[in-house]
Amino acid sequence: MSTDAPTQTDPDTGEDLHDVRLHVNGIVHQVRIPGRRLLSDALRHDLGLTGTHVGCEHGVCGACTVLLEGQPVRACLMFAVSAAGQELTTVEGLAAPDGRLGPVQQAFKECHGLQCGFCTPGFLTTITAGLRDNPDPTEDEAREMIGGNLCRCTGYQNIVSAVCRAAEIARLEPSEPLEGEQP
Amino acid sequence: MKPAPFSYSRPTTLDEALASLAADPDAKVLAGGQSLVPLLSMRLAAPSALVDINAVPDLDHVRTDEKGVRVGALARHAAVLADPEARRVQPLVSLALQRVAHPTIRNRGTTVGSLVHADASAEMPVVLVLLGGSITAASVAGTRTIEAADLYVGPLESTLRHDEIATEAFFPALPGDAGVAFDEIARRHGDYALCGVAAVVRADEAGSITSVRAGYLSVSDLPTVVDLSEAFAAGTLDDASLDAAADLALASLDPAADIHATADYRAHLARVLTKRVVRQAHDDCTARREGDA
Repeated sequence: MSTDAPTQTDPDTGEDLHDVRLHVNGIVHQVRIPGRRLLSDALRHDLGLTGTHVGCEHGVCGACTVLLEGQPVRACLMFAVSAAGQELTTVEGLAAPDGRLGPVQQAFKECHGLQCGFCTPGFLTTITAGLRDNPDPTEDEAREMIGGNLCRCTGYQNIVSAVCRAAEIARLEPSEPLEGEQP
Repeated sequence: MKPAPFSYSRPTTLDEALASLAADPDAKVLAGGQSLVPLLSMRLAAPSALVDINAVPDLDHVRTDEKGVRVGALARHAAVLADPEARRVQPLVSLALQRVAHPTIRNRGTTVGSLVHADASAEMPVVLVLLGGSITAASVAGTRTIEAADLYVGPLESTLRHDEIATEAFFPALPGDAGVAFDEIARRHGDYALCGVAAVVRADEAGSITSVRAGYLSVSDLPTVVDLSEAFAAGTLDDASLDAAADLALASLDPAADIHATADYRAHLARVLTKRVVRQAHDDCTARREGDA
């Protein structure tokens, strides 16, 4: 049988609408959306999670990169209905619950890895996953890691430094304190 | 930059997906979507329905045996690339996959989807043709095998029918007497190549070259394979035979001009890459023979 069968019709457009559960940063959201709603638009417009930025909207710039089951993917190249039931992490999910910056965010701050900040959410998600696969990257590996993300401000030098610094921070603080644990 | 409306279904069996396709001649299959979604967003395509096959079970396999590598319709490029057995049995698949877009795109895009998207600028179609692989196509009428040589008929046009789903691709194993190489030149890292070349060189036990074939992407409307063996009739590889091979290749190719490169520049790239890649494939062939010895 088919999942996500349309449940209702939009009275204005006549389009089928689907009831979809999106699991974002550990929270389950229920949305009613047309099949053509891009994941990037569902995150921003339907859930109000505007940290995910939309640049080129055809998969080139990398600004909308989110983690799908931990793997970086372009949110503009997926329909939100296709992400139903899968765990998504956006840039809003990278900081600790108390608001402390995650290691990659902290490194971007320390190394001046951003100027206007538009591309930053895509870099942060990509690098977070990249450092999980390769916790101690060389500078060349850091460049390879961010090869699919465009930045028009920094010239990338400080972003490469931030990748290496983030790896260092993550090594110094190997695990996030558990909930209720004293930092 | 928003897709036109379509009806969306996410079948959980292959039969159901095939029935949905058969019912609507204007429906398209959605797998990884890394080529299809941009086309929809730019409204270069506006199908009436999308049949999302991501919930269909048992389509994400990467299976290898001594005959070759079998890749299921939902195997992501990244999964095929990470498979050590696939790399061992047919190294050209891994060499080419490393040049498919960026890792983030490879996490979602599927190898079979790229094959049937039939873009002559893509890496995997020419690899399938060069290796003499095939795809398995399923429809409500049954399944059939389409040989790579019969798959590509025009720009973004394959012989896969609208009611068929390519469920698997087969890349034959590298023969023991062969070596492979792949290289391409793109404006930017991860971009579509201006020109790319894959090569398979075979030699006998004494090291004398018996066969040289090269596949070209981004040069013509179709992934194109040229037999260059004639240039190596003496069995050896040197600057003169490589020049002859490049001449032979260009006699069979008709590089096109577009916004990215003139025809002359593309011909120049095809010449340079032919020599570079055939030499690398020959080195690979020699290294494998000596490794076995």
